Amino acid sequence: MTELKPYELLEAPAPRIRGPLRGLYAGNTRSVVARGLQVIAKNNWIVVMTGFFEPVFYLLSMGLGLGALIGSVSFYGADVPYAAYIAPALMAVSAMNGAVYDSTMNVFFKMNFANLYQQMLSTSLGPLDVALGEILLALFRGLLYASGFMVVTTLLGLNLSWTAILAIPAALVIAFAFASFGMAVTSYMKTFQHLDYVYFVMMPMFLLSATFFPIEVYPQGVQWVIQAMPLWHGVDMIRQLTTGLIQPSIGIHLLYFGVMIVLGLWFTTARLKSLFLR
Amino acid sequence: MGLRKQYGDFTAVDGIDFAIEPGEAFGFLGPNGAGKSTTMRMIAATSTRSDGRLSVLGFDPESHGPEIRAQLGIVPQADQLDEELRVIDNLIVYGRYFGLPLPYVKRRAEELLEFAQLVEKRKARVDGLSGGMKRRLTIARGLINSPKAMLLDEPTTGLDPQARHVLWDRLFRLKEEGTTLVLTTHYMDEAEQLCDRLVVVDKGRIVAEGSPSALIRQYSTREVLEVRFGSSRNEEAARAIEGIGDRIEVLPDRVLVYDDDGEAAMSAVHERGLQPITSLVRRSSLEDVFLRLTGRSLVE
Repeated sequence: MTELKPYELLEAPAPRIRGPLRGLYAGNTRSVVARGLQVIAKNNWIVVMTGFFEPVFYLLSMGLGLGALIGSVSFYGADVPYAAYIAPALMAVSAMNGAVYDSTMNVFFKMNFANLYQQMLSTSLGPLDVALGEILLALFRGLLYASGFMVVTTLLGLNLSWTAILAIPAALVIAFAFASFGMAVTSYMKTFQHLDYVYFVMMPMFLLSATFFPIEVYPQGVQWVIQAMPLWHGVDMIRQLTTGLIQPSIGIHLLYFGVMIVLGLWFTTARLKSLFLR
Repeated sequence: MGLRKQYGDFTAVDGIDFAIEPGEAFGFLGPNGAGKSTTMRMIAATSTRSDGRLSVLGFDPESHGPEIRAQLGIVPQADQLDEELRVIDNLIVYGRYFGLPLPYVKRRAEELLEFAQLVEKRKARVDGLSGGMKRRLTIARGLINSPKAMLLDEPTTGLDPQARHVLWDRLFRLKEEGTTLVLTTHYMDEAEQLCDRLVVVDKGRIVAEGSPSALIRQYSTREVLEVRFGSSRNEEAARAIEGIGDRIEVLPDRVLVYDDDGEAAMSAVHERGLQPITSLVRRSSLEDVFLRLTGRSLVE
């Protein structure tokens, strides 16, 4: 096969990463994200959309239905109509769900059945490229859910302040944190049954994290436990934004998620390395 | 140098030394579980070593994994194709993982599709391809970054004879174009067809090294006489023909007589009044080398 090549063959560019990330990161997360988007665009639209409706149905049934009986709830000293009280919480849940579905179920499948990460790590990609790329995809799903939910709540008039618009970037932060942690946790799972543990943790967190009522109803000890959970920080952060009742504590929430993102990324990279580059 | 790999108590690769020259086709020949794949994974910087030194394309795989893999084409034992993407997209997306520009990758993918004889499957789903096609696609994908060396782990295992020949033809072309080929196999004929030089691996150690013909010369005779007396009588017949040829090897189903002149050995067997059920004179192969070196046959 000595046909004349009309152009030069290119070698793959050598990754130019120095310092502690060398060997772990090739600066090409883009290609991982692009692959994910291509697959979503062609195959998975419907699967992606189903996760969006869950919080919407909660909002319609509890917010509008139950809300008519409850009236309003006190939040940082102001009375907030019940539907407007739970809407931001459901938005945080929505971001969490999107990120967690993607970083658990999808990642589990890609890791154990599709061998996708093995394929990616046979190229010049490093584990951090793969981890970051997959997490960004999960985050993208979280963003889709949160923005869709925002449209619904705006139409229903449940956003009480202009700061509500900041709830979208806030939802992204929440999604990022859950996705980076979710992927690390998924790397330990060996069977589909293990995935059930995730929902076993998420379900109570969803119901108890000041989603439907203020946590002041609990004894102090229980409140501390709930405040240690990530969803409570997400709920409180988004609620401050959509109601416009912004408190200094929003800084603590952001810090909490910042730490979670960094730890999750580090954790996932280490796991991918020990699973596929051992 | 002194390369070792340990998984807990199990030592998969137990101190091996080898050097692969640019442009050569180098083989690791050995039975399943000999440590071939583990060695390949260490070369590909997808597995860390427990001990010893390893330099791949001038880099240490421990610290320069991405740099090394940028210049390698890796064809793993089980085809790992992206089943969520079509055939052509498998090539394009993989090229993007190497950070190659999209227009270039698109163009190169079309050429590689031709090389892999998969043009008519361009838009097909990967799970519908035959075993041979999948393997060719995997090889084409491994070529997208114009690698300096291709690492092929058991490239034709599980393929039918025709598919194997198509694949060998493709690999031979690559070799002619100057690509370094590193392959593992437990098939003698494959090693003989493709490898300039090979090492015989058994239980994580190298037991012999050389070109296929040199190994045969060194460890076997030119020809081999295979005689079958029926499984219950092989042992007994082997004692009766002792002394014929250089060496006699008794396998469960047949007796091998090593002699530079197989026909002469055959006459000698007949002279002793033995009538084998079937007999066959063939040239020595790497199978015989392996048998000689380890006392076991390769495919058990």
